[in-house]
Amino acid sequence: MPDYTIVESVKNKFNIVCAWQEKYKDNIPKSNSELWIERVLILSAGIFILAILLITLFIFAKGIPLIAKTGISEFLFNTEWNPLKGKFGIGSMFIGSLAVTFGALLWAVPLGLITAVFMAEVAPVKTRDILGSFIELLAGIPSVVYGFFGLIVVVPFIRENFGGSGMSILAGVFILGIMILPTIINISRDSILAVPKEYKENSLALGATHYQTIRRVIIPAARSGIVTAVVLGMGRAIGETMAVVMVTGNAAIVPDSILSPVRTMTSNIVLEMGYAAGDHQAALFGTGTVLFIFIVVLNLVVDIFAKAGISNENR
Amino acid sequence: MRTKKGKKIISILALSILLLAALWVGGCGQKKDAEKGENGQTEKLSGSITVAGSTSVQPFSEVLAEKFMADNPDIQINVQGGGSSQGIAAAASGAADIGASSRELKEEEKKQGLKEYVIAYDGIAVIVHPSNKIDNLKKEDIKNIYLGNITNWKEVGGDDAPITVICREAGSGTRGAFEEIVMEKEDITSKAIIQNSTGAVRTTVAGDKNAIGFVSLPAVNDEVKAIKVDGTEANKENVKNKSYKIARPFIYLTKGEPTGAVKAFIDFVLSDEGQKIIEDEGAVRIK
Repeated sequence: MPDYTIVESVKNKFNIVCAWQEKYKDNIPKSNSELWIERVLILSAGIFILAILLITLFIFAKGIPLIAKTGISEFLFNTEWNPLKGKFGIGSMFIGSLAVTFGALLWAVPLGLITAVFMAEVAPVKTRDILGSFIELLAGIPSVVYGFFGLIVVVPFIRENFGGSGMSILAGVFILGIMILPTIINISRDSILAVPKEYKENSLALGATHYQTIRRVIIPAARSGIVTAVVLGMGRAIGETMAVVMVTGNAAIVPDSILSPVRTMTSNIVLEMGYAAGDHQAALFGTGTVLFIFIVVLNLVVDIFAKAGISNENR
Repeated sequence: MRTKKGKKIISILALSILLLAALWVGGCGQKKDAEKGENGQTEKLSGSITVAGSTSVQPFSEVLAEKFMADNPDIQINVQGGGSSQGIAAAASGAADIGASSRELKEEEKKQGLKEYVIAYDGIAVIVHPSNKIDNLKKEDIKNIYLGNITNWKEVGGDDAPITVICREAGSGTRGAFEEIVMEKEDITSKAIIQNSTGAVRTTVAGDKNAIGFVSLPAVNDEVKAIKVDGTEANKENVKNKSYKIARPFIYLTKGEPTGAVKAFIDFVLSDEGQKIIEDEGAVRIK
C-alpha cells in the first residue's frame, strides 16, 4: 500500500501556498526580469492567436463570397468541376476526401492498435525498442517520398494485379494508411502504458487472463488516448496532400469503384493554385474553407464522443 | 485579476494589429514612391511599357519582364491578359505598347499596320509509353481519345488495352493550348487522370504502358515516345515550318517601328538570354 498520508500533507502545503499567493498576489514584489519574461510570454501567445485569427479570416474572406455566389448546396453537392467554364461543384472531391481518409483509417487503426498493444503489453523490451525505432523512422519520412514510393511501386502493382490505371483510391488508401500508422501506434501505445499498474494487477489477481485484462481493462482505460490517436491520424490523413496528389490520379469524378481515380479537396487546391485567377482562385479558397470547417466539425464530434466515453467510465 | 489579464491580452492584440497595419501602410507608401521615381525620366532608358493580350503568352511575358526590369530598374513593364484578339486590338489602337497574340493574325488584322515579332513557338507533343506500337495518330483520333469516345488502343490500330488518358489541370497553359488546337474548345473527359506538372505527366506516361499524355515539346525525353500527328513528326523544325499541327506561334505586335524602351525589351526577348528564358518556361525558341 502506498503511503497516502505523505501525499496528503504535500497536497495540503501546496494548497496553503497557493491560497497565500492568491491572497497577496498583487503585493508580491516582482523582479524586473520576471516582468519582462511575463510580457514576452503574453506577447508570444498574442502573436499566436493573432496568426490563427488572421489565417482563418483570410481563408473565409477569400472563399465565402464565391460559395455564396454559387450557392452553398450547389458548391458542396454538385459534382461538376470545370472552373474555366464557371462550374464550381466540389461534391466529387468531398466524396474523394472521405473515401481516401476512411479507407486509410479502416486498415491503419486496427493494425496500429494491435501493434500498440503488442509493444506495450506483450513484446520483450528489446523487441519493443527495435520496433519503436522503426516506427520513429516511418514517422520521419517526408510525405513526398511516400508519394514517390506509391507512384513507382504501389501504382504499377495495382495496375498489373487489379486492373485500371493503378492511380486509384486503393493506392491512396494504402499510402495514407502507412503514413498515419506511426501517429496511431505512438499515441495509443503511450496511453496504454499510462494506464495505472494497479488496474492490471487487480485484474490478474481476480483471475482474468492476460488477454482478458487487455481487452476488458487496459484498452477501456486507455480509451481517450486511443480516440486521440485516431483523431490525429484522421487529421493527418485528411490534410495530407503531396502523397495523395501523386497516387490518386486526381480526376474530379465521383468514384464508382475502389480502383477509380479520385481527387481530394487538398489535392484540388494544390493542383490548380499555380495558374488559377479570379473566380477560379476564389473557388480554391472556397475548397479550403470547406476543408477547414469540415476538420473543425470532425474534431468537435470526436471530442464529444471521447468525453462521453470518459464520463461513462467514471460512472 | 482575470479582467486585468484580459485587458493586457487585448491591449497586446491591439498593439500587434496596429504594428501589422503600420507595416502594410508602409509597404504601400514605398510602392508609390517607387512609381513616382520611374515617372521622372532622366536616364537613357526609362518609362513604362504595357504588354497586353494572349493569356498563353502572359506567363512568358511576366518572366521576361521581371528579368528585364531587374537589368533596367528605370523601366516599368505592366503585363496584362485579355486574350489574343484584345491584344491585337490594343496594339492597333495604341492602348498597349506591345500586343501579344498566340495565333496568326487574320487578313483584316494584318491591314492595321502592325509590326509582328514571332518571339517563340508553342509546340505540344503527344506522348505514349516507348513500348506502345502506335507511332502515328490522326489529330481527330487524339481528340476522340481525349473526349472519351475512343477508350481502347485497338480502335486506333494498337493492342487490345484500355487507354489511360493523362491530362494537365484546369488553368494550365499547355492544357489551354491543347484544348484550343486539338479539342476545338470541347471538354476533355472528366475521367482523365490529372497531373499538375509537365514532369508528372511525363513520369506517369513513362510508367504506364497504356497511357497517353501531352507535354510541351522541349520537355520530351527518352522515357517517353512522342508520336507523329497526321504523319508529321513532332520536332522543332516541323513546328517552325508549320507542318506539325499541334503548335502555334507567340507573337508580339507593335504599332509601327518600336522605339526606346519598347525596342529594348523586344530586342531582349529575341536575344539569346531572352530565348533561353522562353525555352526554360516550356516553349520552342525561334533560333
